[in-house]
Amino acid sequence: MSDTMNETHVALGGDTTISCTVNGQAVSVEVPVRTSLSDMLRSALELTGTHLGCEHGVCGACTIVLDGAAVRSCLMLAVQADGTEIRTIEGLATDGTWHPIQQAMHDHHGFQCAFCSPGFMMTAVAMLEDDPNRTEAEIREELGGNLCRCTGYESIIDGVLGAIAEMRDGDGGVA
Amino acid sequence: MKAPPFAYARPTTLDSALELLAGNDDAKVLAGGQSLLPVMNLRLGAPALLVDISRIPMLDRIVVDDDGAVTIGALVTHAAVEASPEIASHQPIVAAAAPHIGHRAIRNRGTCVGSIAHADPAAEMPAVCLATDAMMIATSTRGDRAIPAADFFTGFLETDLADDELLAAVRFPASPVGARGTVVEVARRHGDYALAGLACRLVFDGDTITDAALAYFGVGPHAQRVAPAEAALVGTSGDDDALDEAVRLVAATLDPPADVHGSANYRRHLAGVLCRRAVTELRSETGEAR
Repeated sequence: MSDTMNETHVALGGDTTISCTVNGQAVSVEVPVRTSLSDMLRSALELTGTHLGCEHGVCGACTIVLDGAAVRSCLMLAVQADGTEIRTIEGLATDGTWHPIQQAMHDHHGFQCAFCSPGFMMTAVAMLEDDPNRTEAEIREELGGNLCRCTGYESIIDGVLGAIAEMRDGDGGVA
Repeated sequence: MKAPPFAYARPTTLDSALELLAGNDDAKVLAGGQSLLPVMNLRLGAPALLVDISRIPMLDRIVVDDDGAVTIGALVTHAAVEASPEIASHQPIVAAAAPHIGHRAIRNRGTCVGSIAHADPAAEMPAVCLATDAMMIATSTRGDRAIPAADFFTGFLETDLADDELLAAVRFPASPVGARGTVVEVARRHGDYALAGLACRLVFDGDTITDAALAYFGVGPHAQRVAPAEAALVGTSGDDDALDEAVRLVAATLDPPADVHGSANYRRHLAGVLCRRAVTELRSETGEAR
């Protein structure tokens, strides 16, 4: 957390320093104050797994997990994320092993062009970590803020249901 | 697109935030940013200074008075409203609005008060404020001001707030005995802005409606109540005859906009459908324990 937290932090349009934790690693980067969080992740930190679709909050492709909650990284300034803990798609796999949501999405053909996939998976991860016992109706509602232009919604829902089964009893639910 | 350049200040006291607003003609308050940042990314707005209030203490509180009035501070997110048992129990119509607002990721950042200050014509909270006679608590270096909802929403994205004022909180007065409320809307995709929506609060004495509030959103430049239709419901049980008359008056009063998502006539039709839907829902709750 930066030392500016206890006084008025002012950046007059120049650069500002952002200190936060990204995928478990403490980072400190200097970016222009108008930089969005998504651009900080993609350009300054070279974490290009977070995708940008609409850049005004409609498509959900840029969804990340910030302090445990799903947020649109295009609708946050980098400077607003000062002092936060961020997780992106790059942080899901551990030691070369996919997260259950990644494996299940793969098994259920949840990836088509996959542009939307990082946003869908980060939304799903935040949802399942909040409450892993989700019904299909709840999943459809919670993922309703993410768009897939391949329209592969059924296989994405199947993937999330598969991840729930995998996390519950090690059964990926593939027929 | 990306936001145009701006200066940024993140004060840690309310006083310094108010001084920044008083000293800059072209400053905007940034809380969750879920309305302001899209506006800036689309280059529809280019404030010279953003005053980020997110690190100011005490603004994130939900305060419940003994009589059931609820005051929601400027940093309370939609998600926090949605999750609050106090709001669900004392101001159910406010709780009913929350799940309709944006999508989860938007509700996690966006604030209830920010949505009111932004005054999008299709947003839910301004209509809920009108339906409940809420008070807006504005503050500035000049002092505090309480603005009734009926005087607050003045035009498309326009409110009674002065440039140097911060909307610090919204206060929902205690619900009258026998009040029931609901929020219904039609949207292309659940969570998107409504084509037409209605925040409806009815006060029942037994089966009889003694007070009615029909606050529409998405059908005009700002949220608006439809007094003639409200009057048609008062004194009735909300039966079919009363509903037919109310729906007729809703259609006769509203002058909705047309756009790519729907014609004016379609929105006018939806407004009537929503009136019927809301009143029928609230009638069916009559007699249930609250």
